[in-house]
Amino acid sequence: MKEIDRAGLPVVHVAAIVPISLTVGANRIVPAVAIPHPLGNPALPKDEERQLRLNLVKKALQALQVEVEEQTVFEE
Amino acid sequence: MGKYRVVHYLNQFFAQIGGEEEVNIPPVIKEGVIGPGRVLQQALGEEWEIVATVICGDSYFAENIEEASAKVVELVSSYQPDVFVAGPAFNAGRYGVACGASCSAVGKKLGIPVVTGMYKENPGLDIYRKEVYITPTSNSARRMKDDIPAVASLLRKLGLGQEIGSPQEEGYFPRGLRVNRFVDRTGAERAVNMLLLKLKGEPFQTEYSMPTFERISPSSPLGDLSSATIALVTSGGIVPRGNPDRIESASASKFAGYDIAGLDALTPAAYETVHGGYDPVYANEDPDRVLPLDAMRALEKDGTIGKLYDRYYVTVGNATSVANSERFGKAIAAELKSAGVGGVILTST
Repeated sequence: MKEIDRAGLPVVHVAAIVPISLTVGANRIVPAVAIPHPLGNPALPKDEERQLRLNLVKKALQALQVEVEEQTVFEE
Repeated sequence: MGKYRVVHYLNQFFAQIGGEEEVNIPPVIKEGVIGPGRVLQQALGEEWEIVATVICGDSYFAENIEEASAKVVELVSSYQPDVFVAGPAFNAGRYGVACGASCSAVGKKLGIPVVTGMYKENPGLDIYRKEVYITPTSNSARRMKDDIPAVASLLRKLGLGQEIGSPQEEGYFPRGLRVNRFVDRTGAERAVNMLLLKLKGEPFQTEYSMPTFERISPSSPLGDLSSATIALVTSGGIVPRGNPDRIESASASKFAGYDIAGLDALTPAAYETVHGGYDPVYANEDPDRVLPLDAMRALEKDGTIGKLYDRYYVTVGNATSVANSERFGKAIAAELKSAGVGGVILTST
């Protein structure tokens, strides 16, 4: 991820464990749902789960459009 | 009783053959001590004898690591040494790689103890520290006399089959090994004691040090999303069923890129996870939970993004080394850039 960033491509880390993402040095971070299903939630009905994933991906895309100076976690 | 036999490895420069003009010479072996070998011989003492010195040009070695290593092994074996020692390489990068690789090869093939020395930032260090005992040196050969005794003393201990203590006790770079041992106090007590020392601002020694990671300045943001190509990358191990490229479930040595052109979602019939570090049930039920292809495709169709890139990239981020990860990242970044991708979503479990 850092190599992608270093190459000048904006990259957003959708990460289940934000502290690890911060430690390794991601610059744009969107917190994910959980380790075994970062972009899903099996407890939800299918439709709601799909909507949740869509929202997370939209948030990630927004993060790519934001100018950041330092490591930034895009919370709600 | 005869002396312990030592073979020493040097590059063209330290072997006094020549400088940069001789960097392409393949390995040769010469009888006896050469150059820094004299200091080493002195430090080792009279029971040890440097019987021969292998010499190779740094560029030849670095560009032909496998052949050069094999040749070094062949040359060394003809002198039937008890131990093998290389360098020290100080902060010379190609020499460091050569010292590390020759030690690693000789250790594996001939089964004898091997030692080398390097400066902490020598790129050879991270490549070979797990396989080879490497003692820290200064960054320049001017300190040769100060740096060689540590190499010699570790070499002697290994050669005599003595027990080797921790990196702190013996003075070598940690090899990333964890050793089980009995101690008086439980982990909980030791941890609390460390915390108390830390709170008091007193020095303490961790039992498991964390790697430190370099910081990168953030890339400029993406301009117009609706005309941009966005790529998906994951460390979550989502692969076509059957794992065609055999990505390892832990300590991955590779990444892969797979075609997703025309796919609207990842089905459990066609995709699965090979990540060995999390419960795979949910990802295997619906791989989109790790690699959100369905959501990206929907956003492509409604025009939110210009295009979803036709390939996604995957590896397994489970005890995968920083060096490997950097290598994967560089390669992936290069492919994405040349394909005109404007932004990347990387998902991690």
